[in-house]
Formats: sequence, structure tokens, C-alpha cells
Amino acid sequence: MTAQPFVSLEGIGKRWNGKLGVEDVSLDIPEGAFVALLGPSGCGKSTTLRLLAGLEIPDEGKIIIDGRDVTTRAASERNLSMVFQSYALFPHLSVAENVMFGLKVRRVPRAERLEKLKRALEITGLTGLEDRKPGELSGGQRQRVALARAIVAGQRLCLMDEPLSNLDAKLRNAVRKDIKKLQQDLGITVVYVTHDQTEAMSMADIVVLMKDGRIQQIGTPQELYNAPVNTFVAEFVGAPPMALIRGHALAGFDNDTTIGLRAEHITLAETGKGRLICEVTECEFLGAETFIGLAHDDATGLTLKAPGMALHPSGHTVEIGFADDDLHVFDSGGKRVARAP
Amino acid sequence: MSNPHANLERRRQAIYGWLLLSPAALLLSVFAFYPSLATFWSSTFSRGNRRNPSEYIGLENYADLFADPTFWLVVRNNLFYAGVTIPVSIFIALSMALWANSRIPARGFVRTAYFTPTVLPMIAAANLWLFFYTPGLGVLDQIGALFDLPSVNWLGQPETALWAIIIVTIWKEAGFFMIFYLAALQTIPEDLKEAADIEGASRWTYTRRIVLPLLMPTTLFIMVNAMINSVKLIDHLFILTKGGPSDASKLILYYIWEMAFAFFDAPHAAAMTMLVLLVLGIVAAIQFFLIDRRTHYQ
Repeated sequence: MTAQPFVSLEGIGKRWNGKLGVEDVSLDIPEGAFVALLGPSGCGKSTTLRLLAGLEIPDEGKIIIDGRDVTTRAASERNLSMVFQSYALFPHLSVAENVMFGLKVRRVPRAERLEKLKRALEITGLTGLEDRKPGELSGGQRQRVALARAIVAGQRLCLMDEPLSNLDAKLRNAVRKDIKKLQQDLGITVVYVTHDQTEAMSMADIVVLMKDGRIQQIGTPQELYNAPVNTFVAEFVGAPPMALIRGHALAGFDNDTTIGLRAEHITLAETGKGRLICEVTECEFLGAETFIGLAHDDATGLTLKAPGMALHPSGHTVEIGFADDDLHVFDSGGKRVARAP
Repeated sequence: MSNPHANLERRRQAIYGWLLLSPAALLLSVFAFYPSLATFWSSTFSRGNRRNPSEYIGLENYADLFADPTFWLVVRNNLFYAGVTIPVSIFIALSMALWANSRIPARGFVRTAYFTPTVLPMIAAANLWLFFYTPGLGVLDQIGALFDLPSVNWLGQPETALWAIIIVTIWKEAGFFMIFYLAALQTIPEDLKEAADIEGASRWTYTRRIVLPLLMPTTLFIMVNAMINSVKLIDHLFILTKGGPSDASKLILYYIWEMAFAFFDAPHAAAMTMLVLLVLGIVAAIQFFLIDRRTHYQ
């Protein structure tokens, strides 16, 4: 017998004036999981989160949280917390008042409220800033206030809508680790919306990749990276993304198939022994390695990863080689094809 | 100590500052400061006529006013008028704004309808209300007649005249203030409401704990304006009651006008003007220094 999922979406659909929001979204989330909803803007990931939060009501489908059908319940009845992209802090209230707002509304006794406040501020490293107004805090501090407000009530489910997108790159890396650690320490279930695949891949146990309101693939970061179910996933996940080559460019493949290939599986070959002849378009030196962008008439996104400093002049012709085992094959519709043994 | 570069820089800053100030300073001097001083000056002279030329009499005009029962009646009228119109029009404006800001059908129409009284010139509006209030012919009486109520001369009896004026003012002001509230409401981000929803706050809690505090700067601004208007807005008196019957609806500015242009007693009018300025200044100072400190500005 399998354990019942903590959160379950069943065939959720939501449309606005006939315009597509999300369509047929089904998703099971076990308790304590870190789930990332990933996708380009307008793919429906935020809508999915808002449906889960109860800020929107779905046109069809069912939402179950902790065994309760909450499809049409109000947000406050779903026992969850949320971190907004803009943080949605109340500008006229101090840090302490912001964090305790929900406890006050729910009439938690004062002593308990202060106890919880103290703990939440300790966890998020905000001790000493209780009396500041949000306007007097830095972006990173505001973000932590939003986090503190989300965890103070001790809800088991926490929703995060691109919580890092307003931070600068350096801070984002630090906070990413903090959030992950927080989630593990508290043992809460997190559903996290992001358009940044590095964020999703590094933090999540389960990544849900969406496009045009539909789920493309659900899986662990490894599954998405190593076995993308279609060309969209292949091109979205990974940096640099997977290169796609038309089948007829390679011997032994059908014309209408597409071949996927990761940068780390491409090697430079000696003249005459390579499987493709390409032209160097640009070189990107990153310190430990160099990305060499390659152009070929029948391929997109070909990149060669070379260790150390390995600059090639643009326009230079190189030959590349790769092993058959490292190829991903997609059919004419872009779907992954089980590889022939 | 006296670094020549720093001195030069300070002088440049000072010149720059004065240049920025000068347009406002000039306009205010010509149209506010000088008239105020001139008014004060003329309030210290007696009213001149052919036999007794005008002469300096100090604060005697003020003493006359304090001894004048009509003056005190007018002051009482005006305090009552302000005491009712300010809170009621602010309350109605806020309620209308909260309603017109929510998702209701024909929102644009509702907003326009509320704003119409503000667009109408007060004289035209007063004529409209005159038609409502007229005994026998008026709309109020016509409606009353349907229920066999006796005809009431709303503007013609001392007990109801001031109330009739107050209602016209509220009708006129509430829509205007609503526009300010509406603008302020639009600056409150939608996600604050969503965050409050998730925290379990009811609509009322959200309004009381989040919306009203965030509207405080607007409320303060509106309060100052409403207060000034309670003294300033008298156009409708000319059409509706002319301050009557037996001064029951006379307000201070109307009395000043009467004093100056009906009784041709400019010095007393000037003295009254000075008193009004003094009281308005004190109340505005209290509002800004006391309430302002407890107001959150974004």
C-alpha cells in the first residue's frame, strides 16, 4: 500500500475568458518534499500555485491537501503559508507586527505569539530588527521577513512564488541554501515557483516542468536532466541546454527524428575522425572551463565544454565526436523514443 | 576652516535654493502674505465716513465682534456645520471609495456618478437643491405628499435651514473626497490583500488593520481640506437661504461678506477674517504636528 500524497492536484483546469491558464494539471506531492514548479513566463506555474493557495478557484478538477478536499475552500482554511514575489509585507507595520499578523488574526495568546516570533526571527536571522519598518530594510532582509512570516505559524505546507527574483545574484545563491536548509530543518512541504532552472534543479526533490499551461515532465532533477521526455524539456533544462540535431545529419538515424546531445558528451575530434564538422561561433571563458559555441546547418545549441582556457577563433572549423550511448532520440513530434538496445 | 572651494560650493547651493524657492515665494507674497498683513492693518482702523475719517483704534474692532451676539451665533453655526460635514463626508467618501474600488459591475459609471456633484458649479447645484427643498413644488414635498406627510419648508424655518445646507455640502464634498481615497486605494498592492487572506484575516480585519492605516496620509489631507472648505464653501448660501431665517444658517464667511459688501463695514470684516485665519492656522498646525507623527507615509 502506498502512502497517500500530502498534496494532490487532480485534473486542474483554469481559463480566463477562454484564454488558457492551466489545463489538466495533475500532481501528487508527498509530505516533506521540496517541489519546484518550473517553466518560462506565462506557462501557468504561478497560476498553479495560486490555485493551490486558494487565491483562485479552478474551473475543473480537485485539490486535496492533507486528505481534505479544499477545491473551493478559502485560502485561510487551507492551513498553508505563502511567500510572495513582492514579499507583500505590510509597509506600515514593524517586522515583529508583520510576522505576528497571522497569529494575531487567529487569536493566538500573546505569550505564545511572542515565543513563536522570537523563534522565527532567530531561524531567519532577523533578531534585533523587530521594530524596523519594511522600508528601512534591505532587499535580503525583507525577503527574510517574508520567510519568517511564512514559517511562524508552523503550517506544514509553504508556497513560494519566485521568492528570490528580486535579489541580486550573489544574495540569491546564499538565500537559496538558507531556504533549502530551513525546509529540511522544519520538515515542511514546499512548493516553489521559479523560472530559473538552476534554482529548481539545485533545490528541489521533484521538479515539475510546465509549458503553455500543461505539465511537460515531473521527476527528480536527475530524471529531467538525464531523460527529458521531449525536446522542450531537453532544451529548457541544463546550462548550456541540450543541443538538438536533425536526424539526417547523422548516419544511422531516420530523417524525421531529432537527436539530443549534452555539451559534456561532446569531444573535439582529430581531423577526419569527427562525426560532425562545425564552425566556431563564440567562446565563453568561465575559469575552470570554456564553452565553445558551435554552428552547424542541421543543429541548434551545439556547445563544446573544454577544460581550462581553450579559446578558438570564430569561424574556425572543428570536428566533434560523441558516443552513441550519450545520444537522446526524439521522434518527429518531439517525444522521447526508447532507445533500441 | 574656510576652505575656499567649500565656501564657493555652499554659496552656489544657497543661490540654487533661493532660485527654486523664488517663484512660490513671490506668488505667496503677492497673493497670501501681503493681503493677510494688509487685512490685519485695516482691521485696526475705525470705519470712516464723511464726518469721522478713519483712524487707528487698535483692537477695538475685535472687542466689538466679541460683544456682537450675531458673531457668536455665526461662530456656533459654523462649528456645528464643520462638526457634522467633515466627519460625515469623510465617512461617506471612504465607504463609497471602498465600494467603488471593489469588483462591481459598471464600476466606471458608479465612479462618474459619485464625482458628478464635484463637477457641477456650486451655484447650479444649489439651484437644483432649491428645487428639491421648495415647499409644495419641491421633490421632497412631492414625495412626502405620496405618504400624506405635511409640507415642510426646509429652508424657511430656523430648525431645519442649517441641516438643509449641511446636506447639500456633504453631497457636494463626499464625491470629491472619494476620488482622493480611490486614488490612494489603487496604490495599495493587490498582494497585500492576498497575503492577509492567506493569514486568515477577514475582510473587516484587512480593512481596519491594513487599508485604513495606509490611507491615513490621504485622510489627513482630506481633513485639512474639509476643514478649510467648511469655512470657505458658502456659494450655496447665496441661493438657498442667504443666511436666514433669522441668521439660523449664516456661516462665518457669509457674514464677513455681508459685513464688507452689504453693511460696508470693511474694518469689522477684516477683523473677522483675521480671526478665521488664526483659527484655521491653529487647527492645521495641530493636525499636521499631532496626527502626522502617527501617520505612515510610503
